[in-house]
Amino acid sequence: MIDAAAISLGRIGAMVLRYTYLLRSSWPRILEMVYWPAVQMLTWGFLQTYLVQGRGAAPNSAAIAAGTLIGAVLLWDILLRGQQGFSFSFLEEMWSRNIANLLMSPLRPAEFVIALMVMSLVRLAVGVVPVTLMAIEFFGFNLWALGFAFAAFFVVLIVFAWSVGLLVSGVLLRYGLGAENLAWSLMFIIQPLGCIFYPVAALPGWLQPICWVLPPTYVFEGLRGVLIDHVLHTDLMLTGLAIDSLLFMGAAFAFAWLLASARRAGTLLQTGE
Amino acid sequence: MSSLLPRSNVALIVEDLSKTYNTTIAVRPLSFSLAVGSTTGLLGGNGAGKTTTIGMIMGLIEPTSGSIRVFGHDMVHDRHRVLGRMNFESPYVDMPHRLTVRQNLRVFAQLYGVTDSEGKIARLAQELALVEFLDRPSGSLSAGQKTRVALAKALINDPELLLLDEPTASLDPDTADWVRAYLETHRRDRNCTILLASHNMAEVERLCDRVIMLKQGSLVDDASPAELLARYGRSNLEDVFLDVARGRVNAKNRVDS
Repeated sequence: MIDAAAISLGRIGAMVLRYTYLLRSSWPRILEMVYWPAVQMLTWGFLQTYLVQGRGAAPNSAAIAAGTLIGAVLLWDILLRGQQGFSFSFLEEMWSRNIANLLMSPLRPAEFVIALMVMSLVRLAVGVVPVTLMAIEFFGFNLWALGFAFAAFFVVLIVFAWSVGLLVSGVLLRYGLGAENLAWSLMFIIQPLGCIFYPVAALPGWLQPICWVLPPTYVFEGLRGVLIDHVLHTDLMLTGLAIDSLLFMGAAFAFAWLLASARRAGTLLQTGE
Repeated sequence: MSSLLPRSNVALIVEDLSKTYNTTIAVRPLSFSLAVGSTTGLLGGNGAGKTTTIGMIMGLIEPTSGSIRVFGHDMVHDRHRVLGRMNFESPYVDMPHRLTVRQNLRVFAQLYGVTDSEGKIARLAQELALVEFLDRPSGSLSAGQKTRVALAKALINDPELLLLDEPTASLDPDTADWVRAYLETHRRDRNCTILLASHNMAEVERLCDRVIMLKQGSLVDDASPAELLARYGRSNLEDVFLDVARGRVNAKNRVDS
């Protein structure tokens, strides 16, 4: 799919410029990008405060006091907003019926995908970074203080977010806006199976192998290890990253196959609302 | 026609091109070529295969069989070598509504690697009378203004091959006439090759030096407008179109006769 020598930074820059113009054109969009992560963080932050300080400590109050709830919700937002930043930028082309213009321009699919990855990082920077700073102010939880561990968590989560974004974009190309809801909802399957707020051991035995196929599970288990035991389980991170790499390659092949299938089915000229 | 033209004078060669969707045949094996600097009309009723043919030439639809070569490059396997020398305009494709006209043109100029993009945008804005709304959102423009902006996008890279799918659809007669005049001048000045799909017979008669007629996915005639009028014994292309569309065909020397 990727011929590195043929990749043009100018064309990637053109797409990033296009999405930057779009973001700049609408302050409500920028506000919304901060609004939902902030609401999530405040809700879970206050719940954490209640559980720790309320009458009768919760059974796992030590873990909760260490910030596992608020840390998990911040990392969950990186995962969700990373994927949505990718998918929503792609959806903008579908909504504006611009896909055909792009696909018959010299823009290569790999350049398009790289631009979408860049935009997912930009949207994360706009939406999630302010919320991590709010978490310090409101609840004294500093995600950045996790240092290298946070960097490892971030890499595993964002690569998985891009894989899901890539797969959803391929499905949208092939099946059109009828599949739009996937962009909003697919990642939510990770909430129960990625063990965001509870350890894998809390799930029934038959479900646990499925959880371990998902890279976010390694991150959230890793987060609990860092916050409760003050140990970064590098083996978990490396395994998560290895699965991530396989899933990303699978998503890239799926995207290429769905794009080719869309060319065969003639659906690229029929995109739009 | 392709066999009669030296390869260097050929912009596009289509050979035995066909497209089938499941059991529906959209385009039956079709062959034609376009000489550099020519304007060719692709004519046919709804469902004749015009948009599918143009979609295949653009590389957006994969042919079931056959080949397309643009300036010698295969459009199925090698299209990225030649996409920068082509462009297209269609009322069925749009540009981002929230971006201003200038922003949209800037993005496409950068995608096509246009040097001095600001100068190019300024020149096109003058030529296509876009100056007064260059900094307005594209979504706020009228149909005529949008068509001129889409034309500016299609010309941003000075394409050597321009594909136009119903370029004056939904335009008022004055704007449509203006667009046709602009295309005539552009083709003459730049020696650009134009393939134009249209339902507007007056437009085809005015702009095209050759007409390819499609019916139910098959090529049914291929000649200059004057030859078609003589062949069908008609005084205008609209009547020729109706003869073909309604099966009232008694023309001499048709390509399939």
